[in-house]
Amino acid sequence: MTSRSVDREDPDRLYIVTGGRSRVDEDSIDIVSLIVSECDPTPGMQSEHVKILRMCTNPMAVVEIAAELGLPVSVVKILLCDLLDTGRITARHPTMAPAKTKLPEPDILKQVLLGLENL
Amino acid sequence: MDLKTSDRVTAPLRSTASNGLKIVIVGGFGVGKTTMVRSVSEIRPLSTEEVMTRAGVGIDETAGVRDKTTTTVAFDFGRISLNDQMVLYLFGAPGQQRFWFLWDRLFSGTLGAVVLVDTRRVEDSWYAIDRLEHHGMPFIVARNDFGGPAYRLEDIRKALDLSDDVPLIDCDARERESSKKVLITLVNHLYALSTAQESAR
Repeated sequence: MTSRSVDREDPDRLYIVTGGRSRVDEDSIDIVSLIVSECDPTPGMQSEHVKILRMCTNPMAVVEIAAELGLPVSVVKILLCDLLDTGRITARHPTMAPAKTKLPEPDILKQVLLGLENL
Repeated sequence: MDLKTSDRVTAPLRSTASNGLKIVIVGGFGVGKTTMVRSVSEIRPLSTEEVMTRAGVGIDETAGVRDKTTTTVAFDFGRISLNDQMVLYLFGAPGQQRFWFLWDRLFSGTLGAVVLVDTRRVEDSWYAIDRLEHHGMPFIVARNDFGGPAYRLEDIRKALDLSDDVPLIDCDARERESSKKVLITLVNHLYALSTAQESAR
């Protein structure tokens, strides 16, 4: 857990990238939600939006986008919300375990096991 | 912050990928988390970070970090495509205190966790185990073999005060097959817990 680029960066940048917003509906996007572009970038679009649209021609997880952009996950979520709201991307959300039990269904786990054994 | 094209070795996911899953590998500094991620991942491990600002107070668990305005946690991750739909993301996460403030935000819905232990610093693992239990997150413990003193697994179980129903295994995080076995042991454990829960309904 080293001090990374964001610490050294002018804090204004993150403010500008997100248009000053600091909260986003956290529940709507998971860090492994898979993002898919639904259109090409258009002229005049914010550069981060352009990069995301280019990156996500194939599905890409939120954390991968954050790593590629070099931005914190929460900032990327705000950017993604903009694109979701305007229909420029779609998100494939993980099939979460029922919150009460926290354990995934045996059927899902069986598929995970099969996948791991075939590695 | 510059993104070099040469850095990008991320092979694209299949277009049918639709279900992202998470497993977290927790352990102290230098215990081999990233090594384990690398040995099984289909991409070179990537690194990202999350910041918790003052806006998170009252939402995140902030006891103990009151004096700080922001907290940054960096973590590495890799990925395994399990089939046409399912993609497993493996996160290597530091076990320090501030990391746990962000657990719910980052890792809710995680399948389970691996606690990676270095027997030369067993005490590093106590806190991680305590926190996982606190969050109700099922886990297994894997000892990464550093060629240290040859403790028996039973002795490690005792030193960690680990209950008998938590699997404890040996591994070599550098070896793909060994890391694979760790993940399979975890998922088998989860499967047993999950089927027990289903039949108890």
